[in-house]
Amino acid sequence: MIRLEKLSRKFHVGNQVVHALDEVDLEINPNDYVSIMGVSGSGKSTLLNILGLLDTPTSGDYILSGINTSKMDDDEMAGIRSTKIGFIFQSFHLIPRLTAFENIEMPMILSGINPNERSMKVNSALEKVGLTDRSDHKPEQLSGGQRQRVAIARSIVMEPDVLLADEPTGNLDTTSGNEVVKLIEELNLAGLTLIVVTHDREMGERSNRLIELRDGKIINDQRKS
Amino acid sequence: MRLSDILFLAYTTLIRYPLRTIMLLIATSIGVMAVILLTAVGEGARDYITGEFRNLGTNLLIVIPGRNETSGGGGPIDLAGLSPRPLTIEDAQSLSQIDNIRRIAPVVIGEAPAQYDGLERSASIIGTTPEFLSIRQWEMESGSFLPGASMRYSPPVCAIGKEIKSELFGDAVAVGEWIRIGDRRCRVAGVIAEEGRAIGIDVQKTVVIPVALGTALFNRDSLFRIIVDVRTTSRMDQTKQSILSIIKRRHQGKEDITVIKQDTVLQSFDNIFNVLTMALGSIASISLLVAGILIMNVMLVAVSQRQAEIGLLKAIGAKNKQINNLFVVEAIMLSGSGAIMGLILGHSITQVLKVAFPDFNFLPPMWASYVSLIVALISGIIFGLLPARRAAKLDPVEALSGNK
Repeated sequence: MIRLEKLSRKFHVGNQVVHALDEVDLEINPNDYVSIMGVSGSGKSTLLNILGLLDTPTSGDYILSGINTSKMDDDEMAGIRSTKIGFIFQSFHLIPRLTAFENIEMPMILSGINPNERSMKVNSALEKVGLTDRSDHKPEQLSGGQRQRVAIARSIVMEPDVLLADEPTGNLDTTSGNEVVKLIEELNLAGLTLIVVTHDREMGERSNRLIELRDGKIINDQRKS
Repeated sequence: MRLSDILFLAYTTLIRYPLRTIMLLIATSIGVMAVILLTAVGEGARDYITGEFRNLGTNLLIVIPGRNETSGGGGPIDLAGLSPRPLTIEDAQSLSQIDNIRRIAPVVIGEAPAQYDGLERSASIIGTTPEFLSIRQWEMESGSFLPGASMRYSPPVCAIGKEIKSELFGDAVAVGEWIRIGDRRCRVAGVIAEEGRAIGIDVQKTVVIPVALGTALFNRDSLFRIIVDVRTTSRMDQTKQSILSIIKRRHQGKEDITVIKQDTVLQSFDNIFNVLTMALGSIASISLLVAGILIMNVMLVAVSQRQAEIGLLKAIGAKNKQINNLFVVEAIMLSGSGAIMGLILGHSITQVLKVAFPDFNFLPPMWASYVSLIVALISGIIFGLLPARRAAKLDPVEALSGNK
């Protein structure tokens, strides 16, 4: 469902050109569980941003569900992000002035879904992440693990095809980290394609497929047998 | 994205930063309040002045010698004699043939010393007919005004202003006494109660004498003007034409007089004060502009403060336009609620002022409320646009990581 062909992303830093991604070819199947690992500066975050259509490649093609995204404008990319892609971040990125319920509702508000349908979907997402009793809480009233679960609920409420997680446990203690990992693995078992960027090898090895990057190139791509 | 959701989201930002919101509300409301108050004063002044004029009656036509379009200050400079043909007492008499004319008061004015019992002072002299009293709606303090007689002949009788009376007679009774005006003698018939001004002359320092006596006193055959009181105001223009044609016939076919309506004078004052009010309003609007710039400044800060949030919204599918709208609506809500607060404040303060100064009528014009509200909203849109565009154009990756 995801195919990258000779995809490069260059950044200009001063007079130097940095190849964050250097002619990467990659194919990811539906419902796969992929970890992307590498030291900082290896290009793993850039890869995730491009997969999430937050960033555009300098050259090469990114084909998502058979659609070439290279020629899309901002609005078209926003549309794809809205319906096909879910994001989870290391720092959760909840909107502090909104309740858990409203945060989860946000993607549906942006796509203009009516309030009744929104309310139903938010409640079922809250149930999936086990936070039904926290729906009126503001992020500051929630623990780190709970915040990340709200973020997960938000990422799946539009029923996307792909869930992109950027160091999802990076800001969490081991216990709540494990809960979060379990939760997203359950979502993967239920049919969601899961792509996790991490530098935690233990977490990386839980996935079905581990991709290692260095200097913008894939240096290792191993699949669990 | 639904409008109700946009409004809700903008609202949450406003209550999230209460201090910021309150400061901006105050800034905008001061601007709107200034517009309301200043225009209320301007409009009040207009009402006061035109009210004063309206007291003189809108049913008056004034005939002045000379074919000049400008009514000028009407001061003693264009006093007769200089016009090609004098406007005479006979001219005034001839106007009585017009149906629609109720009263005719020919006027001649000048200065002359008034003497009584060795005391002398200079007085403004108005030579006119008894009708002048009712046209001007003067009251008498004691005695009577000029006696009813023909314009051509009249007994030597005068009515004097209050100041003349007290200076020449002190506390003694003036009515019935003979005073000397210039080289003429006349009997005081009454004292005028009026304290204001008429035809630019302080009534209290005036001696009113019959018009024929006046022309004789100043040795002049032209009148200063003729004041005409019209019966039916709707036929004013027609009456004006009749006056013009009668005098023209009398002046060998030359149209050498000007007839002005009290209305015209009133109208020019009205215009002057309208312009004044608008000028005051525009000056006050500058403070609205300042408030708008303040809003822009704060919104720009908000955009950089909320970078991560903007990045997140983009990540979960917000289009650039939606981000733009969120920020513009936030700015409009700030300026709009500030404007409404300013309207309430402005109108309440006007009410208080009305109670404090009952003589002066504070009238905030309707347009001031509308205009200030609209200007505030437009400045919200305009000054919200730049920050909103900046927010919409943020690169999502950079915004999410919080880097500039």
